[in-house]
Amino acid sequence: MKVLAIDTSTFVMGIAIVDGQVVKGEMITNLKKNHSIRVMPAIEALLQECEVSPQDLDRIVVAKGPGSYTGVRIGVTIAKTLAWTLRIPLVGISSLEVMAANAKYFDGVIVPLMDARRGQIYTGLYKAEGGNIQSVVADQVILATEWANELKSYNEPILLVGNDSVLHEAVFVEALGHSVQVASATFHNPRPSELAWLGMNREPEDVHTFVPNYIRLAEAEANWLARQQERAEG
Amino acid sequence: MSKKDIFVLGIETSCDETAAAIVKNGREIVANVVASQMESHQRFGGVVPEIASRHHVEQMTLVLEETMRRANMDVSKLDAIAVTEGPGLVGALLIGVNAAKALAFAHRIPLVNVHHIAGHIYANQLVQEMKFPLLALVVSGGHTELIYMKEHGVFEVIGETRDDAAGEAYDKVARALQLPYPGGPHIDRLAKHGKPTIDLPRAWLEEGSYDFSFSGLKSAVINALHNAKQRGETIRPEDMAASFQASVIEVLVEKTIQAAIHYRVKQVLLAGGVAANEGLRTQLQKQMKQLPEVELVIPPLSLCTDNAAMIAAAGTVLFQQGKRATMALNANPSLLL
Ligand SMILES: [Zn+2]
Repeated sequence: MKVLAIDTSTFVMGIAIVDGQVVKGEMITNLKKNHSIRVMPAIEALLQECEVSPQDLDRIVVAKGPGSYTGVRIGVTIAKTLAWTLRIPLVGISSLEVMAANAKYFDGVIVPLMDARRGQIYTGLYKAEGGNIQSVVADQVILATEWANELKSYNEPILLVGNDSVLHEAVFVEALGHSVQVASATFHNPRPSELAWLGMNREPEDVHTFVPNYIRLAEAEANWLARQQERAEG
Repeated sequence: MSKKDIFVLGIETSCDETAAAIVKNGREIVANVVASQMESHQRFGGVVPEIASRHHVEQMTLVLEETMRRANMDVSKLDAIAVTEGPGLVGALLIGVNAAKALAFAHRIPLVNVHHIAGHIYANQLVQEMKFPLLALVVSGGHTELIYMKEHGVFEVIGETRDDAAGEAYDKVARALQLPYPGGPHIDRLAKHGKPTIDLPRAWLEEGSYDFSFSGLKSAVINALHNAKQRGETIRPEDMAASFQASVIEVLVEKTIQAAIHYRVKQVLLAGGVAANEGLRTQLQKQMKQLPEVELVIPPLSLCTDNAAMIAAAGTVLFQQGKRATMALNANPSLLL
């Protein structure tokens, strides 16, 4: 089974071709550059190098968020369109789960995180067992300080993963002391081969109805709902 | 040499419509699908970019599938894919651009990037063959432009708005009259029942300029309403709508006629969403009688508002002229014509 994996949910752009048990090719950059310009040429180049034609693909796996709204949408749009027109299954995987998978041999709990501005982070709690990753607390957006406090109830070593970990490290160290550590720089970029791997046996999505997991409502929508609520409470 | 038919898929997502269409030989609509998000944006009183982008992701493949189904065609049989590169909302444009790139890549089909306004102009090609040189008046929520074309694929902007687009002015005046969004159709409807009794300015700008300006007019409307209220008088909304519309239309039509004479064109095209405005259509038809040798073409309403058939029509011409986009094509929200 030839799987194409696409992750554009953060500044990291990841493309991989995994053929059964073999990771044939993987391209990762961590640059503040435009995904819209670079992703399709990257897919084209990688497929060519791996001598895989679009028609040879058996499955598309995409990181579905959370992350940059625009970034996630670029990857999801390409993935949906390819899966639709090639008539192959599409699988969406949490962008945080892909990050956590980098620590799948860590003995403790794994906290992948992305900065979500104003002290908030997109995060979740994952645990590894025999090299398999499991979600313990669902992906969410939460204040870093609040999340650090909640993590006090886990009596296990905690590993922060993701390029934005360094931005929030101090908050976690203050709340959790020595039980928390930050993965080294080489473990922060989510790996598209892991994404392909995670999606290999998952139940496919309905291609048409599949949408990113933004976690948050659009700001205008949230404000509108708040106004409706106010009015109802009068 | 056999002349093969050319089938081009158009994709358009520059604002709040997710659209796809297939056009044969640049002239004939084979399938034309538009999914409007208008209802979703109505409660916000305007298009919310982030919400528009989210809807495009929900609709894109559905719209593509419906288009291919109606055309009874397979994507791999297309000759080219044309997509709106800009201008428009960047997040919205990105969905169409990336979907188009994925399709072009999957089936190795040529990709052509199209300017949204070129699309609006080429909507006319689906109605009547274009005759050059021609003049196009493009009026929409985002644009008010006079474009001169001496041949296919060559656009010269000879006049444009210096502030608000005509459609924007309509929406703002509609809001001042407490009419729902989008305001254009409501003003057009009210104006029919009113008289242009309120004296409003006409922005002619410098002698010989084909540029437009509508922000002064919009302010004049708001001031007139405010002053009347202060004096305890009421202005009939119908009369205000008629007065506002008269001012907008007089300037649009007069500048179009002047440009048509100056550039000695064979055809005048009306394009863009505001072309749906009955007052504008009627007045333009009436005034164009002064120039019996110039043909006036106004596409049906469904082709005036945003659609992908117009993108496919423009894309066909550009494709035949050899224009191609690479996989590095990006959305360009402020693309120049
Ligand atoms: Zn338009």
